[in-house]
Amino acid sequence: MSIFEYNGSAIVAMVGKNCFAIASDRRLGVQLQTIATDFPKIYKIHDKLYIGLAGLLTDAQTLYQRLVYNHKLYQLREERDMKPETFAHLVSHILYEKRVRPAITVSNNMFLGDLIRKENTQIHRVCGFGPYFCQPVIAGIGDDDKPFICTMDSIGALYVLSLIFPYAFLVC
Amino acid sequence: MECVFGLVGKGFALVVADTSAVNSILVHKSNEDKIMVLDSHKLLGASGESGDRAQFTEFVQKNVALYQFRNGIPLTTSATANFTRGELAKALRKSPYSVNILLAGYDEETGPSLYYIDYIATCHKIEKGAFGYGSYFSLAMMDRHYHSGMSVEEAVDLVDKCILEIRTRLVVAPPNFVIKIVDKDGAREYAWRESIKDAGVVAAA
Repeated sequence: MSIFEYNGSAIVAMVGKNCFAIASDRRLGVQLQTIATDFPKIYKIHDKLYIGLAGLLTDAQTLYQRLVYNHKLYQLREERDMKPETFAHLVSHILYEKRVRPAITVSNNMFLGDLIRKENTQIHRVCGFGPYFCQPVIAGIGDDDKPFICTMDSIGALYVLSLIFPYAFLVC
Repeated sequence: MECVFGLVGKGFALVVADTSAVNSILVHKSNEDKIMVLDSHKLLGASGESGDRAQFTEFVQKNVALYQFRNGIPLTTSATANFTRGELAKALRKSPYSVNILLAGYDEETGPSLYYIDYIATCHKIEKGAFGYGSYFSLAMMDRHYHSGMSVEEAVDLVDKCILEIRTRLVVAPPNFVIKIVDKDGAREYAWRESIKDAGVVAAA
């Protein structure tokens, strides 16, 4: 089972006339065991902007906390809410930031990294943070009541959909 | 093999854990307390790697105490849960703790609460939850018999049902369990359910 399917989530969003809808399942699972049935995956950023985070729920929670932090700072600086398009680019940037971060360290730990052994000397390790295992679906209403939805993969490749296809979905 | 489960009742929260300390096929002891009392009104039941469990729960306990020293007021249960999740999330991509946690607490304003915190730092507020192989049996039992607003007697009765199920159906069922409760009067040990008593230390002749 892939890491994206460890907790399980399904998110759908659709635009309409001056409106959008976004929906998610409410299951919190650990592989095949269901832990709770009241865990929605959609988070509110501000009144007119919602983000659904599918994938590994620990990363969804971490990512949501980071996004709220960024948005609150933005609100303090700009004295207004973030536009959906801006927010989508912010999320894309934050996801790509964690794409791969190689760092050579000397340690005895072995986790999430490769081991490079130099003969008879110290063990050097290349460790990468690895991406957030999360795929977001962003839905918001911009100025002039124009709805906006978009989605991206876990490393921030942005697909803006409201112009071409009127819906987006992510199941994993 | 390690079983931890918990539930929320009317004005209290219960956490139950097995008490065996095991290394592969050897049982070191059968009275190991895995539910740490964080402060006057919080319990942290943990299961997983024993070194990580002891280290991480002590770390959380000391930080909870530090907050109280610094700020003069105790942390709320939800703040403690978020702190614990944050620490686990920070460590996740460096050297993760393999500890699963059930955090139970009682706050003046919000009453009793129970938080499920996975070893990969997934945090959720729940009414009933369980970890380990025992969870297959205790969750099923609780799904059948749990309702919100149970009294202490009803809840302990349900706990006994779960323990009986674990003992009957789990191949390497732990022999002993400890039940701890937290309510407005504080966090304390409620009872033990022992089927094997550790032999006392024999004095040298």
